[in-house]
Amino acid sequence: MAVLMEKKFPVEAGAYETAGEASTTIKRTLKQLGVSAEVLRHVSVACYEVELNLVIHSLGGTLTLQVEPDKVTLISQDVGPGIPDIEKAMTEGYSTANEEARTLGFGAGMGLPNMKRNATDFDIQSEVGVGTTITMSFALKA
Amino acid sequence: MNIRELIELTGAKDMTPEASRETEVTCGYTCDLLSWVMAHGKAGMAWITVQTHMNVIAVASLMEMAAVIIPEDIEMEEATLEKAREEGICVLQSGKTAYELCALMAEAGLPGTPREG
Repeated sequence: MAVLMEKKFPVEAGAYETAGEASTTIKRTLKQLGVSAEVLRHVSVACYEVELNLVIHSLGGTLTLQVEPDKVTLISQDVGPGIPDIEKAMTEGYSTANEEARTLGFGAGMGLPNMKRNATDFDIQSEVGVGTTITMSFALKA
Repeated sequence: MNIRELIELTGAKDMTPEASRETEVTCGYTCDLLSWVMAHGKAGMAWITVQTHMNVIAVASLMEMAAVIIPEDIEMEEATLEKAREEGICVLQSGKTAYELCALMAEAGLPGTPREG
């Protein structure tokens, strides 16, 4: 289906201070488009988690928002380091977050499970040394 | 209960007087793990946390919470307060512990959050 809107947000590795800005902008954009509160909440949670993952774990990446008539899609693409064991990474409570992230209250091992729980469709592809791509879509109810 | 009544109840200091005091508070919660709060937070929530950095406001704003309460007179960074004012999130500072605040709020009839699934 036709993409009505596409926006890209660069996310810098280790930029804890500004983490959440892309998610806040995305939420605001979708709210203006009239997306329901329930869908908005699911997108917000998943979007913030994926944005934080880029800040905490990646070497930098991009968050892309696509809006279609029947769904919202979020794509997170980073330039590494890649996830060696996706199944393990998807396990609730498992985290490889560093001390800095943990001190801030992250690294509870809830990020990827939270994304999967909130998205209608969730896909993760990763290659060590290349990068990780997470694609999440959220159905818009008529 | 609204923010004004929450302030009266807890005796907390309003660090963001610009935010509306008429905002309805629907439930109470305390947790310092931000990802956990993202999974269990609710709109209208009064959230007690010892975390004082910027991401607290990002979480509160994304979840459309009513207020963030910092216990035990912990100081929130000015940059975080500024962010809270920008986002219209009310931040309260209290000398009481998180436990004491929860007890007061519960006694006044403010519910916790229902567990999902």
